[in-house]
Amino acid sequence: MSMRYLDNVVTLRFDPDKCPGCGKCAEVCPHGIFEMDGRRARLVDRDLCIECGACMRNCPFEAISVRPGVGCAWAILISAWKGKPAPACD
Amino acid sequence: MSPKFFSQLDQFDQASCDCGPSCCPGAAKKAADLVESRPFDAPWVTGRLNSEAGEIPVVATKLSFRDRAGHWRVRWGVRRMSFAVPPGLYAVGSPDARSPVFVSANYKFSFDLLRASLDGLNGWILVLDTQGINVWCAAGKATFGTDELVRRLESAKLSRVVSHRTVILPQLGASNVAAHEVLKRSKFRVVYGPVRAADIRPFMDAGMRATPEMRRVRFGLRDRAVLAPEELAGVFSRKVVLVLLAVWLAGVLGVRFLRFDGPAVLGAILVGAVLVPVLLPWIPGRAFAWKGWLLGLFFAGGMIVLRGFPPAGIRGWAAALSYLLILPAVSAFLGMGFTGSSTFTSLSGVIKEMKIAVPLMALSGILGIAATVAAVVL
Repeated sequence: MSMRYLDNVVTLRFDPDKCPGCGKCAEVCPHGIFEMDGRRARLVDRDLCIECGACMRNCPFEAISVRPGVGCAWAILISAWKGKPAPACD
Repeated sequence: MSPKFFSQLDQFDQASCDCGPSCCPGAAKKAADLVESRPFDAPWVTGRLNSEAGEIPVVATKLSFRDRAGHWRVRWGVRRMSFAVPPGLYAVGSPDARSPVFVSANYKFSFDLLRASLDGLNGWILVLDTQGINVWCAAGKATFGTDELVRRLESAKLSRVVSHRTVILPQLGASNVAAHEVLKRSKFRVVYGPVRAADIRPFMDAGMRATPEMRRVRFGLRDRAVLAPEELAGVFSRKVVLVLLAVWLAGVLGVRFLRFDGPAVLGAILVGAVLVPVLLPWIPGRAFAWKGWLLGLFFAGGMIVLRGFPPAGIRGWAAALSYLLILPAVSAFLGMGFTGSSTFTSLSGVIKEMKIAVPLMALSGILGIAATVAAVVL
């Protein structure tokens, strides 16, 4: 039984050198991929990242970068169909 | 698929999920229609409360039959665009200046779950204008975001109603809210509550502390099963039903090429839109299209046996081949569509999956149609 998606695809990058350990990333991540390791955050399981962007948005120290988006095939199809730059449909 | 399609796949720098049969509903009413109205006559408002910021509606914390009927309706995709609550401040119980403030999207489903989970508490609910979209999707398209929160804190005059400077947000709103920016701009401190409204009581009892369990999104059997009706409603949109009916009629009226095995196609749709979501974690493999294809292949095999195995003559074999090419492709396509409803896919992953799966599905479909035609003319 597996609730994992594809490995080695996500755009998440974490720079531990910029992290003073505020813990916000560990708080907001819905998949628990950050853990506090003493005075610093630590990436526990990068492949569980869904690229929601919450950690990046809530990191005051710009230690995290990710291309945020929603993993939705319909959104991608529909916007590609309409020739829009970003998956959105209305 | 044109090369343009694939070049576009690489250009997305931000996807927003307000589409699809099931992921997220589109925008509801225009903001302007809702902004200034205070819904004192709404069926879920039980009274009014005077405050420094004017009269505030008090909401019920028990859901009525009407509320639940509404939830059932939107699950089936009926008029889900008009399921919004006017933004602004609401009261729960008999709150005072020290009571906690909970922030919500103005999708009525989310709002209802929140007020029901606050039963027995005294507090305030600040509803943001997310155009009738739930928190998760609204955060994805930035309507539930820092700007709207700061604006709404101001326009609801929250600082006149409460004496503290803390607001509790649903954790899933965090993908477009920057807590440190909200603090800088509004002087309100953002505390991220649990993912699920049902955990709010234990969260409050623990002094606004969430356990790791409360911070995780789940995607259990129940969570997946309730999405099935939306998947189906998405597939059977009015246009699709009309086209299928037209093709079926043409087949009945004697256009031989258009005759198709209705139950088999319907079955492949059910496999992709219902069975894949329900069995998701147990189907081997990672890519959703693959999972759909695999189940579809078993289903196609079953249909071939059901229609008589071994097939009779070259026509029978061509028909069997068309089953193998078309039915798994249909299930694969709908399985892939479930990526948007699931809670563990990423944009990068879905793009990678689509780059491989979409051309294969298209090829399989075209060859399948050729086999169908062959089964008729040979």
